Amino acid sequence: MTTTYVQTAVDPADDARPPDSDRSRAENRLARKLVAPALVLMLLVTAFPMLRALYLSLFNYSLTDPDAREFVGLANYATALSDPLFWRDTGNTVMIMIVTVAVELVIGFAFAMVMHKVIFARGVIRTSILIPYGVITVVSGFAWQFAFSNTNGFVNSWLPFTSDDFNWFGQYWSSMVAIMASEIWKTTPFMSLLLLAGLAQVSNDMLEAAKVDGATWWQRLYKVILPNMRAAIMVAVLFRALDAYRIFDNIFVMTAGANGTESISFLTYRQVIEQFQLGIGSALSVLLFLSVLVVAAVIVKLFRVNLADARQES
Amino acid sequence: MTVRPIRRLATGIALAALSMSVLSACGGDSAKPSLNWYVNPDGQDTLNALAKRCSTNEYTIKVQLLPSSATDQRTQLARRLAAEDSSTDLMSLDPVFVAEFANAKWLLPFEGEQADQVLDSDVLKGAAETATWDDEVVAAPQWANTQVLWYRKSLAKAAGLDMNQPVTWDQIIDAAADHDGTIGVQANKYEAYVVWINSLIQGAGGNILDPSTVEAGRDAKVTINSQAGKDAAAVIEKLAKSTAKQPDFTTSNEGTSLGAMFPAQGAGEFMTNWTFVYKNYEGLIGKPGGPKDKAEFEDLGWAKYPETVEGQESRPPIGGIDIGVGAYSKHPEFAQRAAVCVTDAKAQSELAINEGLMPSRQSVYDSDELKEAYPPDLLSLFSQSVDSGGPRPKSAFYSQISSALQSRWHSPTSVTAGTPKKSADFLNQILKGKALL
Repeated sequence: MTTTYVQTAVDPADDARPPDSDRSRAENRLARKLVAPALVLMLLVTAFPMLRALYLSLFNYSLTDPDAREFVGLANYATALSDPLFWRDTGNTVMIMIVTVAVELVIGFAFAMVMHKVIFARGVIRTSILIPYGVITVVSGFAWQFAFSNTNGFVNSWLPFTSDDFNWFGQYWSSMVAIMASEIWKTTPFMSLLLLAGLAQVSNDMLEAAKVDGATWWQRLYKVILPNMRAAIMVAVLFRALDAYRIFDNIFVMTAGANGTESISFLTYRQVIEQFQLGIGSALSVLLFLSVLVVAAVIVKLFRVNLADARQES
Repeated sequence: MTVRPIRRLATGIALAALSMSVLSACGGDSAKPSLNWYVNPDGQDTLNALAKRCSTNEYTIKVQLLPSSATDQRTQLARRLAAEDSSTDLMSLDPVFVAEFANAKWLLPFEGEQADQVLDSDVLKGAAETATWDDEVVAAPQWANTQVLWYRKSLAKAAGLDMNQPVTWDQIIDAAADHDGTIGVQANKYEAYVVWINSLIQGAGGNILDPSTVEAGRDAKVTINSQAGKDAAAVIEKLAKSTAKQPDFTTSNEGTSLGAMFPAQGAGEFMTNWTFVYKNYEGLIGKPGGPKDKAEFEDLGWAKYPETVEGQESRPPIGGIDIGVGAYSKHPEFAQRAAVCVTDAKAQSELAINEGLMPSRQSVYDSDELKEAYPPDLLSLFSQSVDSGGPRPKSAFYSQISSALQSRWHSPTSVTAGTPKKSADFLNQILKGKALL
């Protein structure tokens, strides 16, 4: 049991490699040459827009008034960071991220267990669990909007505590519930898929050993399965949290930001696409990028897992 | 080693085939060019017929449909034009987009004889004002929309109002409240609410932005915090507190108030709404939501847009469509000729008769065909309203101005005498780029 556990951890001694031979140096040089074109292309398509956004964020610049473009330094960042709207939308985004990822983790884990353990009709069950993830977000957003609609939806008639004409999109909290329900339904399968990969890595020998030692089902879950899945859980939570932080489609379709349900991506979209304010819009997108980095760093720190370890590179 | 030459040959053949196909795709240039005309979905059948009529031996006009929401139309066109799209030749533009697009140099100005043709003295003043920017003619008015006061003659009579004289908002709110009637307006958080606010302010002799500085963009002077702004707020506040307001007042739009004109219970309404209302009720005689018979339809009255301040002439809202020519069009001369054709008197007459979209030219209102389709006094009310109408601020930042106003004036039940000041402060911040919308 202990031996297997140590295998997944990173041993610093592994870093001490023997000096490279001429042949391996030549191979490395060839590898760099082979990778270079792809790397240059990647930089062109990813780094260029990012640097351009960074540059534009230093200007007061409207697409409809290009002649009045004016360098303002970091003033757009100061405006955004001192505006209550920015913090309200950040609050919304963080709340959506925490609630949806937490719920998805629990439901996703249950689904992963089902997919892992199921003996009969394995293909059908696995496929049906994964179907929502195959649906385009805009389509699922519309489907859930119709479901929650007070005129032609069915949610009101199914729920015992709501009246038949309750308007879910008429106020903040109920709108948020509808948005999060749609988000959870859509992306839980993704979470369960990643967790299934983690479950498959847990050695049966360890589980059997624990069983022989007299561990109960809960003990096996907490002491054997979850610790061995830590890397997979981190990857799942990290991916989903970053995804959830960029939530846009569901809000766009279901409320269009009404009743204060806007996310930070939606705010950025409105400044750039609707208002044509390229300067402050770019500043917001840079802030969004930085906050995604912060979220990633926090999650990696919280789980105390080495990323290389999580990618099974150890 | 023999593999390489074969591969090279294969690559060469593939490249040749690819370039042939690309070249043949470009070969269309030598044939009769097509002009793309991006239209909004209003009156599509007539627009298709117009595109056919205005196509010549030299070019063909192809109609391309824009999305139904005004925001989406603006976004789609702006994206194309910002990317210098050479296939955007003609565009149907909401008048408030004209200033934005012209300031960004996305519209090709009409010059010389053509400018005189699209904006001659026959074009009504309110419509003509929407088509110019920086002393240049940047669009051709195709049809003009305006609002009038629609009402039940029986309700006005019961309230003792002389509808041959101008009436004020105060009068109609009191009349409706005292005689079991309602007031229909557009007060949802959207563009038409700004239309209402703008008309109320202009009707009191004021403006949202100082008209002499409005073209200065970010440096425009905000003048909404004035007596006129307060007069406008007072009308909205009065209606919000009155029993004459309709149940969906805060989310009302052009469609929601239509049903209150001929209700099962009650005396009907006074409603400010666009020109389509007449044809709408005429087509609903005997149907749900419409007058129950011809006699009840004849109880529908119309009058000039209500005054904000007694004795001061009202400034009805102006809408409609102007035709712009894309600055990056590959065939600018053809596109401008086509724009002149699709906005001529014949085109405007067809749009009015077939689609209920009213003309921007006086001569069309005076034509016999139109007098057959509409009551003559309604026609002259429409043309007078377009002529004396007040346009919304002609600013390159109109979209921001509109959103800023919506955010401070909505909900209409929260409007007080302090609202103009609040909105002025916010507008100043927004124009200077010091706040988020």
